Amino acid sequence: MTSTLASVTFKGLRCKECGHEYGAGARHVCEDVCFGPLEVVYDYDAIRARTTRASIEAGPISIWRYRDFLPVEGDPIDVGTGFTPLLKANRLARRLGLKNLYIKNDGVNMPTLSFKDRVVSVALTRARELGFSTVSCASTGNLANSTAAIAAHAGMDCCVFIPADLEAGKILGTLIYNPTLMAVKGNYDQVNRLCCEVANTYGWGFVNINLRPYYSEGSKTLGYEVIEQLGWQLPDHIVAPLASGSLFTKISKGFDEFIKVGLVDEKKVRFSGAQAEGCSPIAQAFAEGRDFITPVKPNTIAKSIAIGNPADGPYAIDLARRTGGSIAAVNDDEIIAGIQLLAETEGVFTETAGGTTIAVLKKLVEQGKIDPSETTVVYITGNGLKTTEAISSAVGEAHTIEPQLASFNAAWERAQSLQRATWETVA
Amino acid sequence: MSVQVLIPTPLQKFTADKASVELEAGSVQELITALDVAFPGLGNRLCDEQGKLRRFLNFYVNSEDIRFLENQNTPLNAGDEVSIVPAVAGG
Repeated sequence: MTSTLASVTFKGLRCKECGHEYGAGARHVCEDVCFGPLEVVYDYDAIRARTTRASIEAGPISIWRYRDFLPVEGDPIDVGTGFTPLLKANRLARRLGLKNLYIKNDGVNMPTLSFKDRVVSVALTRARELGFSTVSCASTGNLANSTAAIAAHAGMDCCVFIPADLEAGKILGTLIYNPTLMAVKGNYDQVNRLCCEVANTYGWGFVNINLRPYYSEGSKTLGYEVIEQLGWQLPDHIVAPLASGSLFTKISKGFDEFIKVGLVDEKKVRFSGAQAEGCSPIAQAFAEGRDFITPVKPNTIAKSIAIGNPADGPYAIDLARRTGGSIAAVNDDEIIAGIQLLAETEGVFTETAGGTTIAVLKKLVEQGKIDPSETTVVYITGNGLKTTEAISSAVGEAHTIEPQLASFNAAWERAQSLQRATWETVA
Repeated sequence: MSVQVLIPTPLQKFTADKASVELEAGSVQELITALDVAFPGLGNRLCDEQGKLRRFLNFYVNSEDIRFLENQNTPLNAGDEVSIVPAVAGG
C-alpha cells in the first residue's frame, strides 16, 4: 500500500486576485484580504516527475486517471465519472460548412448524465476527507442530480436547494436518490444567496460554496480528456456554455497544466462561450467591451445555465478576449433548433444548455469566427431527456396505427408525402 | 432605523462569531460605516482602498441585489434585512 501523504500533489489554496495563501480547508474566498476566489495550489514539479502519457493511459477509465492533477488526498469516490465520448461530428460539420468538428458528449457522463458528475466526484471526495457528513449545493438542476446521486453512493447525508420552477426531469432525477430537496420560490441567484446564509450557520459541505476550490477543479478533466482523445494534441478552438463561467476557465486551466508538465506541446487555443439571450450577462459585457458583469434576472428555457450573477464572468471574458475567441448569445427558438440540429445530424440528444452551445456554434460559423479547417471542439454538458418540456412542442408526433399491414401501408404513404411536403417547403 | 445584517462566515471573526447583527442605518453606505464603527476593521474587508464595495462581494436588501437597486445609495428602512454574500460559482 502506498502512503497517502506521498500521493498528495497539492499544497493549499491561493487567492486568484491578490495571491494571499490559505491552508487546504473548507473555504472559498480570500477572507483575510479581498474576497477574491481561492484556487488550489499544486506542486507541478512533483506532478511532472510522476506523470507520463503512459501512466495516465494505464489509469482507470474515469476522471481519476488524472488524479495527480486533482485536489484529493486519499482514495477517490469513483463512480465511473468521465472519459465520455469525443465524437467526430462529420454530419453536423458538413451542415455548418466545417471540416474538423468534434463533440465532447458529457450528456452521457456517469452517474447523472451531465458534466457536473466531474465536479461533484471531486468535491465529495474532498468533503469526506475534510470530515463532512452532510453535503449540500445550490443548483439549477444538474448539480442537484449529481450531488444527490454521488452522496447516496458514498453514504453521505444530502440536502440540496433548487429554484422551484425547474424541469420535472431534474426534480425527479434528484428525488430518486432520497436527499432532502428544498425547492426555493426564486431564481438560482436567490437560491445561491440563501445557501450562503445556510452555510454560515450549518456545518455542511456545500459543493459550490465552501468546497468550491476543490469542486471547480473537476472541470479541468474536460480539458485533459479532449487532449488525450485527440491523440495527445490540443484543439484549435473550443466552444462551451457559460453559466457561472467556471467550466470555461477550468478547461483552459486543464490545457495549460498539461502544457506545463510537458504532456502536450504548447499551442494557442481559442475559447468561445455560449449564453442564452434571456440570461446573457457575460455575453453583454463582452459585446460592450466591459470587464465587469452587470447582473441580470434570468428569463430563458435554458435553465441549467440561467445564472444572472456569474461569479467567474470576468475571468471568462478575459479568457475569450485573450485567446481571440468570442462570446455570443442566442434566443430560445435558436436553442430549440440547436437541440434538433445536433440530434438529427449526430444522434446526440442534449438539453437546453447544449442547444445553446450548438446554436452559438452555428452563429459563430455564420459570422466567420470559426475557420472551417481548424479543429473545433464543442462541449455538450447535459442530456436532453432531462429537459423534455423545452422541446416537446417542437418534435413531430408518432403515427398511431392498427396492428394490421393495411393500416401501416396507409400510414407509411402519409408519412412519405408529409416528408416530401417538408422537403418542398425547405427547397 | 434598525436593520438586521446577515454576516457571512468569513466575516464573523469581526462580529464575535455572530451570524446576524442589528444596526442603525438609513442607506447601504451608512450601514457600511456603521459596521466599521461597531466592528473595527470590517470596513476594510467590505470596501477597497477607494471606498468601493469589493467586486467579489454581493449585498442584498430584502433579498434584492443592490445592483438592481441604487447600489451603495440604496435606502434602508426599519426592519430591512441586509445580507452580505461573497460571490460563488455553481449551476
